[in-house]
Amino acid sequence: MSGNVETGLGPRTRRLLAGWAWVVFAFLYVPIAVLVVFSFNASSRVNIWGGFSFQWYGEALNNEVITSAIRVSLIVAAVSTAVSVVLGTAVALALDRYRFKGRRALDGTIYLPIVIPDITMAVMLLVFFAEAFKLIDTFGPRFTLGISTIALSHIAFNISFVCVVVRARLDQFDRTLEEAARDLYATGWQTFRRVTLPLIMPGIAAGGLLALTLSLDDVVISAFVAGPGSTTLPVYVFSSIRRGVTPELNAISTLMLTASITLVLGALALQRRRASASQQTQVL
Amino acid sequence: MQPAGRASESTRASGEKAAAQAQRRQGMLLASPGALYLLIFFVAPLALISVYSFATRTSTGRTSLSGWNIESYRAIGDDVILGIIGRSAWLATLTTALCLAVGYPFAYYLATRPRHVRAILLVLVMIPFWTNGLVRVFAIRFLLGSNGPASALSESLGFGTFRILFTPTAVTIGMVYSFLTLMVLPLYVALERMDWSLTEAARDLYASGSRAFWKVTLPLTKSGIVAGSVLVFVPSFGSYVVPDILGGAKTLLIGSYIARQFRDARNYPLGAALSVLLIVAMLVAVALNQRSGSGAEGGDRPRRRRRGRARTEPEPAAVS
Repeated sequence: MSGNVETGLGPRTRRLLAGWAWVVFAFLYVPIAVLVVFSFNASSRVNIWGGFSFQWYGEALNNEVITSAIRVSLIVAAVSTAVSVVLGTAVALALDRYRFKGRRALDGTIYLPIVIPDITMAVMLLVFFAEAFKLIDTFGPRFTLGISTIALSHIAFNISFVCVVVRARLDQFDRTLEEAARDLYATGWQTFRRVTLPLIMPGIAAGGLLALTLSLDDVVISAFVAGPGSTTLPVYVFSSIRRGVTPELNAISTLMLTASITLVLGALALQRRRASASQQTQVL
Repeated sequence: MQPAGRASESTRASGEKAAAQAQRRQGMLLASPGALYLLIFFVAPLALISVYSFATRTSTGRTSLSGWNIESYRAIGDDVILGIIGRSAWLATLTTALCLAVGYPFAYYLATRPRHVRAILLVLVMIPFWTNGLVRVFAIRFLLGSNGPASALSESLGFGTFRILFTPTAVTIGMVYSFLTLMVLPLYVALERMDWSLTEAARDLYASGSRAFWKVTLPLTKSGIVAGSVLVFVPSFGSYVVPDILGGAKTLLIGSYIARQFRDARNYPLGAALSVLLIVAMLVAVALNQRSGSGAEGGDRPRRRRRGRARTEPEPAAVS
C-alpha cells in the first residue's frame, strides 16, 4: 500500500469504503451511459433494443427546428462568453488592485447572480424586458424577446462567474514580478501586456470555459427570455421532454453530452499543460 | 498598472495624493463597463421584481403598479402556498441529508487514495458535474420511465413494472443525482487537508476506529460538511427543472410555483413576492455559511496586500 494515506481504518472498513465508492461512480455514470446506448437504438420504441443505428441522429439533424436551436445556442454562447470575459476580467482586476468609490457595493453585488436561484433570475429578467420594451416602444422602435434578450441575460450571470474565477487567480499573483518589470523601465501598459496578462491568462481561460459551459447549459433563464422562433437547444429539449421521451431526444442529448465532455476534457488538458509549464519556469 | 510607483519619484507628499487619485480614477474606469452592465441587467431587474411584489393583480391578469400594498406577501400565509414552501424545504433537506450520507464515505475514499490515483478519480467526479445538467435529468427521466430500461429490466426479472416517475421519490433521486458533486467537492477538500496523525494519535490512546472518526475526523471536517450542505440545499430549494421533469402534480415545489405565476396564472405580484422571499432565504443561508466558515474574506485581505504595495497606501477605511 505504498503512497496510501494512513487513516487508521480496519481492513474491513477500507473494503467497504472502496465498494461504496464504486457504487457511487456507477450511480453517476450508469444513467448517462444508458441514455447514450439507447440513442443508437434502431427501434422507435424507447425501451426495446432493436439493433444499432444512426437513424435518430439523422432525423434530429434534419429537423429544421433543432438545427435552428443549435445555431441560436452557439451564437448566444459565443457572444455572451466574449463579452463577459472582457467585462468580468476588468471588474476582477479593478476589485483586486484598486480602491475606488462604490468598490464595496460592486464587490457585494458581483456575487449575487451566482447565489440567487435560476428561476428568480429568470422572472426578474422577464419582467425587466417587458417593462423596458414598454418604455422603448413609446419612442418608436419595436423590440421583442428573442436571441438578443437571451444573450443579454447570459452575459448578466456570466460576468460574475468570470470575475470570481479570475479573482481567484489574481489572489495567488506575485506582485513582485510586476515591480521587477517596472524597475526595468516597462511602461504601465507594457507591464500589463507582457507580465500581468500572461500570468492571469489561465484564470481568464478557465473563466471563459465556465461561461461557455454555463451558457450552453442554461435552460431556465433562456426559457423565460426566449421569444417565438428563437429557442436555444436546451429550451427545445426541455419543452420536448414535457411532451414525452422520443429516440430523437436521446440523440440530441447524446450530442449535448459529447459537446460538454469535450469542453471539460479540453479544459483539463489546458490546465495540465499550463501547470507543467509553470512548474518548469519555477525550476528555472 | 501601478501609478503609485511612478509618481512617488517626485515630491513624495503631493505625488502620493495625486497617485491615489489617479489610481481611483483608473480603478473606476476599469470597473465601470461591467458595473454598468450589472446595474442595468441585474440590479434594475432585482429592484423591479421587488416593486412588483407590492403591486396589485387586476382582474384581467395585468399588473397595476398604482396603489402599493402587501397583499401578495399576506397571500404567502395561505395554506396551499405554505404547504408548497414546506414541501420544498422538506425535499431540499432530504436531498442534503442523502447527499451527505452518500458523499461523505465517497469523499473519504477519494481523499485517502495515493496522489496520482486521486487526480484521476477527481477527474471522473468532475466529468458528470460539468456535463449538461438538463441532459442528466433527462437521463434519469429516461431510465425511470414506466416504459424505460429500468422498468423493462425489473419486468423481465419478474418484479413487475415500477411506477416511480412523477413521485417525490423520483424528484429526490433526480436532485441527489444533480447536486451530489456539490457536496463531494467541499468534503473532499476538507478531508484531503486533514492531518491524519491526529486520528493515529487517537488510536494510540486506545480510541476505537469509530470513536476516532466521530471524535476527531468528523469535527475536523465540519467546514466541508457545512459548505457542502449549503451548496446542495440552496439549488435544491429553488430547483425548477428537476421537479418539472421528474415530478408530478403532487410534487409542486416553490420554483415551479413561481414559474406558474408568470406563465399560466398571470399573478405577477404573487410570483414576485415569492421570488423576493426565495432570494432572501438564499442570502441568509449563504451568509450563515460564511460566518461559520472562519471569515475567510476578512482574514484574507491584509495578507494579500502585504506584497508589492507602498506602505503609505491609504487605509481601506479612509477611502471607502
